Amino acid sequence: MNWESWQAFLDMGGKGPFVWGSYGVSALLLVLEVIFLKRRMAALKTRLARRRPGKEEA
Amino acid sequence: MKPRHKRFVLIGVGLALVAGASGLVLSAFRQNLVFFYTPTQVAANEAPADQTFRIGGLVEPGSIARASDGLSVRFVVTDTAKNIPVVYKGALPDLFKEGKGAVVQGKLGTDGVFVAASVLAKHDENYMPPEAKHAVDEAHKAAKTVKQ
Amino acid sequence: MSGSKINWFKYASPQTFYPLAGRMQPWFAWAAAILAVVGMYVGFFVAPTDAQQGEVYRVIFLHVPAAWMSMFVFLVMAFWSAIGLGFGTRLSFQMAQALAPTGALFCFIALWTGSLWGKPTWGTYWVWDARLTSQLLLMFLYLAYLALANAIEDKSRGDRACAIFALVGAVNVPVIYFSVQWWSTLHQGASISMTKAPTMAATMLMGMLLMAFAAWFYTIAVALARVRLIMLERESGSAWAVQQLARGASA
Repeated sequence: MNWESWQAFLDMGGKGPFVWGSYGVSALLLVLEVIFLKRRMAALKTRLARRRPGKEEA
Repeated sequence: MKPRHKRFVLIGVGLALVAGASGLVLSAFRQNLVFFYTPTQVAANEAPADQTFRIGGLVEPGSIARASDGLSVRFVVTDTAKNIPVVYKGALPDLFKEGKGAVVQGKLGTDGVFVAASVLAKHDENYMPPEAKHAVDEAHKAAKTVKQ
Repeated sequence: MSGSKINWFKYASPQTFYPLAGRMQPWFAWAAAILAVVGMYVGFFVAPTDAQQGEVYRVIFLHVPAAWMSMFVFLVMAFWSAIGLGFGTRLSFQMAQALAPTGALFCFIALWTGSLWGKPTWGTYWVWDARLTSQLLLMFLYLAYLALANAIEDKSRGDRACAIFALVGAVNVPVIYFSVQWWSTLHQGASISMTKAPTMAATMLMGMLLMAFAAWFYTIAVALARVRLIMLERESGSAWAVQQLARGASA
C-alpha cells in the first residue's frame, strides 16, 4: 500500500492541489458532458413528441 | 430572421477569434522550434548572443554553489562536450538537481557567464520506483568501474 | 461481392444504425466506468512512487490517455470525413461531428493536466515549446471545426466544409506526436512507442493503459449517444425517425 493515512493520500507528497486539481476538473468536465448530452436528447424527444401528439398516444 | 442573424454574427466573431489565435500560436511555434541551444551550439556562435535565448543541458554534478545571500546560485550547464557557467537569482524548481536536465533562459554576458532570468527543470521520460532507480544507478557505477 | 456491399450499407442506414447505436452505447459506458475505476485504483494504490518526481507524476494516468485521445479522435474524424467525401454517406459526416466535442474536451484535459503537472516539475505552467504549442493549436482546430459545423445553415454544404477542414487539420497530429523528436523541446520524449520498450515500471504502465482504454470506451459511448442526437435532430421528419420515436414512446 502506498499511503499510510488518508492525510498522506490527499497530500500527494505536498503536491495535492496539482494532482487533485487535474483529476477534479477533468472528472467534472466529463460528467458535465454526459449530463448535457442526456438533457439535449431528452429535450429533443419531448419537442418531437409534442409536434406529433397523435403518434405519442398510439 | 433576427435571432438567426445574431447567431451568425456570434459564430463569425468566434471563427475570427479562433483564426487570429491560431495565427499567433503558429508564429510562436515557428519562433520556438529551437526551444533551447546546447552549450556546443553556443560555443559555435549559433545562438543569438545579442538577445535573450535559452540554453539546455545537464547541470554539471558538483557545480551548484549558493551565494551567502541564500538567493543567488551559480552552476554549470553542460552537454558533456562544452560547459557554460550560469548565475541565477530566484526560486529553483523542485526537480532542479545536479546531473539532471535544465533549460535556462537569459543573456550571455561578455565574460562568458550566462545571466539567467528563469530556470526550468527538464526531466526525462523514465518512470520507475526509487528502489529500481537505485539498482540502475548501482549498475551504472559497476559498469564504469569495470571499464576503468 | 454484392452480398458484403449490401451488408455494409445496411448498417450505414439510419433505421438500422440508430437502434443499434442505442443498444451498444450502455455497454461502452459501463466498460469505460469500470476501466476508469480499476485504472485509478492501480494508478493511486498499486503503482509506486516515481524516483524522479515523487507522487505528482500520478497526473500521468490522466494526462497521457487524454493527450492520446485528443490526437486519435482528430484522426478518426479525418477518416470519417474522407469516407463521407468519397462515398457521400451522411452517417460518416455525422460520426465525425459527433466525435468533435469529445475530442476537444480531451484536448482541453491534456492541456489543463499538463499545465498543473508542469508547475511542480518543470517550474512553469506553460512554455511555448513545439509540443505544447502544437497541442494548443489542436485545441484551436477543434474549436474552429465546431464553430464551422454550427455556422453553415445548409447541412450538406456544412458537412463538406467540416470534412475538408478535418482532413487538412489532421496534418497537425503527426506534428504534435513527433515534435519531441524533431525539435528541441522542454517536454520529454515518449515513454511508450512502437520502436522501443516502454521506459516505465510495469504497474505504472498498466495504470496508464487501463485509463487509456477507459478514455476509448468513454469516447465511443458518448459519440454513439451524440450521433443519435444529430441523426434525430436532422431527420426527425423521416419515416425511420417517426417509427423509432413511436417505438420509444410506447415502450
